[in-house]
Amino acid sequence: MLNIIWLFLLVVSTVIALATGNLKPLVNSVPESAMNAFRLALGLTGIMALWLGIMKIAEKSGLTEKLSQLIAPLMVRIFPGVPPDHPAVATMASNMIANMFGLNNAATPLGIKAMKDLETLNPTKGTATHAMCMFLALNTSSLQLVPFGAIALLAAGGSKDPTIIIFPTIIATTFSTVSAFCIARLLSRMKRYQD
Amino acid sequence: MSTNELASTISNLILILFLVGIPLYGALKGVKVYETFVDGAKQGFEIAVNIIPYLVAILVAVGMFRASGAMDILTGFIPSSLRDLGITSDVLALALTRPLSGAASLGILGEIVTSHGPDSFQARLGSVILGSTETTLYVVAVYFGAVNISKTKYAVQAGLLADLVGVLAAIVVCRIIFG
Repeated sequence: MLNIIWLFLLVVSTVIALATGNLKPLVNSVPESAMNAFRLALGLTGIMALWLGIMKIAEKSGLTEKLSQLIAPLMVRIFPGVPPDHPAVATMASNMIANMFGLNNAATPLGIKAMKDLETLNPTKGTATHAMCMFLALNTSSLQLVPFGAIALLAAGGSKDPTIIIFPTIIATTFSTVSAFCIARLLSRMKRYQD
Repeated sequence: MSTNELASTISNLILILFLVGIPLYGALKGVKVYETFVDGAKQGFEIAVNIIPYLVAILVAVGMFRASGAMDILTGFIPSSLRDLGITSDVLALALTRPLSGAASLGILGEIVTSHGPDSFQARLGSVILGSTETTLYVVAVYFGAVNISKTKYAVQAGLLADLVGVLAAIVVCRIIFG
């Protein structure tokens, strides 16, 4: 998909530049964009390092684990098909907390483990269960407390106040997570998705 | 206090809570905070280096698209009511790329930051969109792939709809806070 989009951008730009006589600005933009890309990446390094360092402390001190234990009782209500003492409750909770903290590297293996735990409850192999769909819906709505990728980019670009986006992001992401829950619940009741 | 200042203050308080609260908690739990921090921070360079190829690919392609005049033609098709809301073609491109690739959408945000400025409405809206949506198709592929599930039922639909809500919520929230 991205292959097609990227090639499309290059070809269409060239064709239009030739048609409109914008060939010189087009050619000039290339090295400039490449240099901007490197400058942005370099600017990313500092803030990325800062957050990854802080999050490592959260991980090592057991803070992420503690928070996941805190939301475990809530999980039982969100996933009625999963027994409260099932290992999937703990792995799903840890994955969600890791996502909230932006620990993408730590969140993915936990998410895969959670899917494997959910699979043990699956009566029809190869077909997703309601709990799996709910888990993915909540996961991809990405409740994130500190969107540090975006903060780092704004800071790298020279923003006066790069962290201003934290509060609006929390509000927007709360909406998307709550709606993910409602959408998954509604869809799970549709006839065509029954087993 | 304006909504803008209020958002800035609350955002900064949350930031400080993380920045000071987490190491404080770690220290109380007997973690060697300094060494652990340095250990984690080392990955920062790795991530930045990993992202360079994506940034170069996107910034060059979108830069060409802009310089050729194609972006202006495309923007002409976007209803002016949307453009007045700050939803320019690059913001739209960010929202559409987001479910496909995290690195590519980060690249587009980088492009928005360089072309509109880091404190522009578009850059802030793009940042909030990035934070309130996910690389849904990638996550579904990885998570379901791990357990060999091919019949995904409504997982993709629910994920993409939630992303759409995330984008709409981002637009509304940014309009209210940043005007």
